Amino acid sequence: MSQPSSRLIEGRQLGVRLGGKTIISGVDIRIDAGQIVTLIGPNGAGKSTLIKALLGVHKITDGEFYAKPNLSVGYMPQRVPIDDSLPLAVHRLMTLTHRARRDEVLAALALTEVAHLIDRPVQQLSGGEFQRVMLARALLKQPDLLVLDEPVQGVDFSGEVALYKLIQRLRDERGYAVLMVSHDLHLVMAATDEVLCLNGHLCCSGTPESITQEPTFTSLFGPHQADALAFYSHHHDHEHDLAHQGGHSHD
Amino acid sequence: MIELLWPALLAGSGIALVAGPLGSLMVWRRMAYFGDTMAHSGLLGVTLAVVLNLNLTAGIALVTTALALLLFTLQRQRRLPADTLLGIMSHGSLAIGMLVLAFSPTVRMDLSGLLFGDLLAVNGSDVVVVWVIVALALPVIGFAWRPLLAATVNEDLARAEGIATDWLRVLYLVLIALVIAVAMKIVGILLITALMIIPAAAARWLARTPEQMAIGASVLGLIAVWFGLAASWFANAPSGPTIVVAAVVAFMLTLGLSRLPRQN
Repeated sequence: MSQPSSRLIEGRQLGVRLGGKTIISGVDIRIDAGQIVTLIGPNGAGKSTLIKALLGVHKITDGEFYAKPNLSVGYMPQRVPIDDSLPLAVHRLMTLTHRARRDEVLAALALTEVAHLIDRPVQQLSGGEFQRVMLARALLKQPDLLVLDEPVQGVDFSGEVALYKLIQRLRDERGYAVLMVSHDLHLVMAATDEVLCLNGHLCCSGTPESITQEPTFTSLFGPHQADALAFYSHHHDHEHDLAHQGGHSHD
Repeated sequence: MIELLWPALLAGSGIALVAGPLGSLMVWRRMAYFGDTMAHSGLLGVTLAVVLNLNLTAGIALVTTALALLLFTLQRQRRLPADTLLGIMSHGSLAIGMLVLAFSPTVRMDLSGLLFGDLLAVNGSDVVVVWVIVALALPVIGFAWRPLLAATVNEDLARAEGIATDWLRVLYLVLIALVIAVAMKIVGILLITALMIIPAAAARWLARTPEQMAIGASVLGLIAVWFGLAASWFANAPSGPTIVVAAVVAFMLTLGLSRLPRQN
C-alpha cells in the first residue's frame, strides 16, 4: 500500500531561467507516494519547463529542491517525433536506456493494452497507440513516480477518456504517484488529487473542488470553464458514464 | 603500377567503416548540412596547417571542431535560424580558406585535389593515421552507441534518464571532425558528407534496426570506395566523384531491391 505521508519530491520557491529569461519562479510543489497531481495553465505558462526542471533536464536556478534518494521516475515527454529515417521497433524504443527482457517489455505493454505492437516500427503507430507505448515505456522500470507531459496528445476523445482512466487505475492498483500536465481540464479533474495552476508562477493550488472557487483560476480560465469543472468534479457518477460510453465506441 | 592504388584503398576502407555509423546518426539527426559545413571549414584547416607548419590532419580536425563548437554557441540565440547560420559558416569558411590559399606564396597545393579528392595524394603514413583513428573511433562508437541512439530519439528523454547528452554531442562532433580530416585527401572537402550520408540512406531501404542500418552503411560504403577507386584508377578520374557516383548507384540498387515483391 502507498503511504500518503511519504514525500517523493518537494520544491520550494523554485525558479528556472533559460537563456537569461525567467520561465517560472516561486513555485511550491510537493508530490507524495500514490498521489495524482495535475499541472494546468495556459500555453507558455512553463508547465513543461517545470516538469523538465524536476527531472533534471533543465537546471533549477532558484529555490530548494528535494527528491527522495534513489527515486525512480518514468517520464513521458510531450512530443517525441521520431524521424522516419530511423528504423526503430517498439521493443527497441522501450529499452533505449533501460535494459529489459522481452517478457518484461511485453508485460509493460500489456498494462496499456498494446502488447501486440511490440515488433511494430514506431512510425506505423497511430497517435493513441504511440502514447500508450510511451506510457508503457515509462512504466517499464516500475517507477515510484510517473511524470506525464500531456499524455493524451494526438488521441481522439474516446481514447482520451480511456487513457485517463488507465492512468487512474495504475495509481489505484500499483500505487504509482503521478505528475501530469493537461489541457483537458474537465476530463482530468475527476481523476486528480491536487491541481497546480501555473502561469509563470503558481496561481493557485488545491483539490479540484476547491480550486474552481479561486478567483485567480476563474480569471485564467474564464467562468465558463470553472463552471464546467465544478460540474464534473461534483458529478462523479456522470463522468464515469461518459468514460464508459467512450470506451465502447472506441472498440 | 597497381600498388599505387593500395594506400587509397586501405585508407578509404577505414574511412567507410567509421562513416557507416556516424553517417547513420547524421541522417537520423538531420545533420547533413551541419556535416557539410564542418567539412567546408576543412579547407581553412588545410591552409592554416600549411601556413603554421602543423600536421595536416590535426589542423583540419582542430578547425572543424572549433567551428562546430562555435555553431553550438551561436545556436543559443534565436534571431537567425540554424540553417542560415550554417550557410554563413559553410560558405564563409570555404571562401576564407580559398583566399588564404590564393595569397599564401608558400602554399602550393592542388585545389581540385583538395576539393574533390586525389587518390594519388594518399601515402603510407596517411594509411597509418586513418587506421589509428579507426582503431580508436570504432570502439568509442560501440561503447557510446546506446546513449547516442537514445539522445537521437529524444534528447530530453535521454537527459531525464541520466544520459550526459552534452558530452555525447561533443564526442559525436569530434568523431565527425576526425573523419573529415582523414577523408579529405581521398574524397575531397566538397564530397565528404556524401560518403557519410549516401551509404546510410542506401542502407535505410533494407534495415529494420538502427544497428542493421549502421553496419549496412559501413558495408555499402566499403563497396562504394572499392568500386569508386577502381573506376578512378582505370578512367583516370578524380577519386571523390567516382566514389560518390558508386555510392549513388548503391543507393538506387538498394531502393530497387527493397521494392521487389516479397515472397512469403
